[in-house]
Amino acid sequence: MKHLNEEELVAYCGGDADGREAAAAHLHNCAACREELERIESVLALLKSLPEPDAGPAFEQRMWRQIAPRLPKRREWTWREWFAPRRLVAAGALAAVIFAAFLTGRLGRPKPTEVPALSAEQVRERVLLVAVGNHLDRSEIILVELSNAQPPAEKGALMNISAEQKRAADLIEENRLYRQTAQQQGDAVLASVLDELERALLDFAHSPDQVTPAQFEALRQRVEAHGLLFKVRIVGQDVREKEQELSPGSKQDSGGKKGRNKA
Amino acid sequence: MTRMVESVESAGGSDAAAVERTLAGDADAFRLLVERHSRSVFRLAHRMSGNQHDAEEIVQEAFLRAYRKLRQFESRANFGTWVYRIAANCAIDRLRRQRKEEMHLETELPQEEGPENGGLQKHADERPTPERTAMSAELRKKIEEALAGLSAAERAAFVMRHWEGLGIEEIAAVLRLKPSAAKNTVFRAVQKLRQALEPYAMGRGGTPQGRIAAALGAAPGTEQ
Repeated sequence: MKHLNEEELVAYCGGDADGREAAAAHLHNCAACREELERIESVLALLKSLPEPDAGPAFEQRMWRQIAPRLPKRREWTWREWFAPRRLVAAGALAAVIFAAFLTGRLGRPKPTEVPALSAEQVRERVLLVAVGNHLDRSEIILVELSNAQPPAEKGALMNISAEQKRAADLIEENRLYRQTAQQQGDAVLASVLDELERALLDFAHSPDQVTPAQFEALRQRVEAHGLLFKVRIVGQDVREKEQELSPGSKQDSGGKKGRNKA
Repeated sequence: MTRMVESVESAGGSDAAAVERTLAGDADAFRLLVERHSRSVFRLAHRMSGNQHDAEEIVQEAFLRAYRKLRQFESRANFGTWVYRIAANCAIDRLRRQRKEEMHLETELPQEEGPENGGLQKHADERPTPERTAMSAELRKKIEEALAGLSAAERAAFVMRHWEGLGIEEIAAVLRLKPSAAKNTVFRAVQKLRQALEPYAMGRGGTPQGRIAAALGAAPGTEQ
């Protein structure tokens, strides 16, 4: 009769299902193995006789008091925060300034000459559109790199994404500014895409700088699931078109095109 | 683990909601998660570290890591299990760090065949009486020493298997090992503990013979 070895007996003590019935049948008939099992069980029983660790009263509250001040600030805005009185006041004041600037620009605008000059407001808008366009271009590059990256083939190898994370982190603050501006100007589509982009950038920037291929794949799928790259491209194109419309001489260009079309 | 799962089940789906609210910037929601799960995490941390101070540090570190990685948490998963795994890894990291710091001391300490085991054997020869082997401070110290003699992974695997009741697959996931390697780690831990503690365990008088016989359904005639 082949006796159970120590490993099999330890597995039996732990309740492992593998080979359990055969082990039980053997133990039923073998006093030597039962004695060995008894020795192992007695050690485990001794260990289990240690009193259960006692966290003490109000442990949970005490832990929270220790943890709360060490929590990093979350960078997302909530609707509640958006509509907080102080933000509404600031947004109202900003809107009033923009409206006043708009009126000043309209009322004080000289009669159009043959070569129309851009108003100060249009210049500001164009500068903003150029900046947003550049921002979307840079974001698009990161998203494309994320989509096309090849995880290492070796099993268990980690991917170092710290450089890409740094670039994503650099874009977050800028993105927030543009998103806020878009919201204030009522451009819901741009604001919504920038909001999604910000979440993706945060997600990416706050991931571990070394990830397993599986973690990386999960990250990529989160981005790809919402079609973010496509949305960024469309909005970027839209921004560039708007910017073109505002560029000096665009009317002449369009006129020229029309002329060519006619010809 | 069973207790932990039960506690989460009794809380219904509110863990997922608390995670969502935390991600939306509501820190109070994270407080709910800390208050709900910190005690079970503490139990694991204490068994792995062996002392209150380290256990509390592990609990805090585990929740801070969980907060930072909350976006990686899949909403369909169980938050309690997730933070528990994080805590197990925090404890392993901490144990390994401490071991590294104490490396030079450890090299001076006797190894398995060294004089310390001889010391244990000496105690074993003294075969304590049942009265002496009630959970005395000395015995507790011996148990702590035996547990401290395990590697970080062995201790983690043993605690999860024999105290927390986790399955081999779950232990393998926490330790990032194959199930066969996790099983082997548990075995090595038991083997070492057995070597250090068996004399004390057998000396406690209350051998679990009857319990084993009952569990096996052994016929009286088969007993020796």
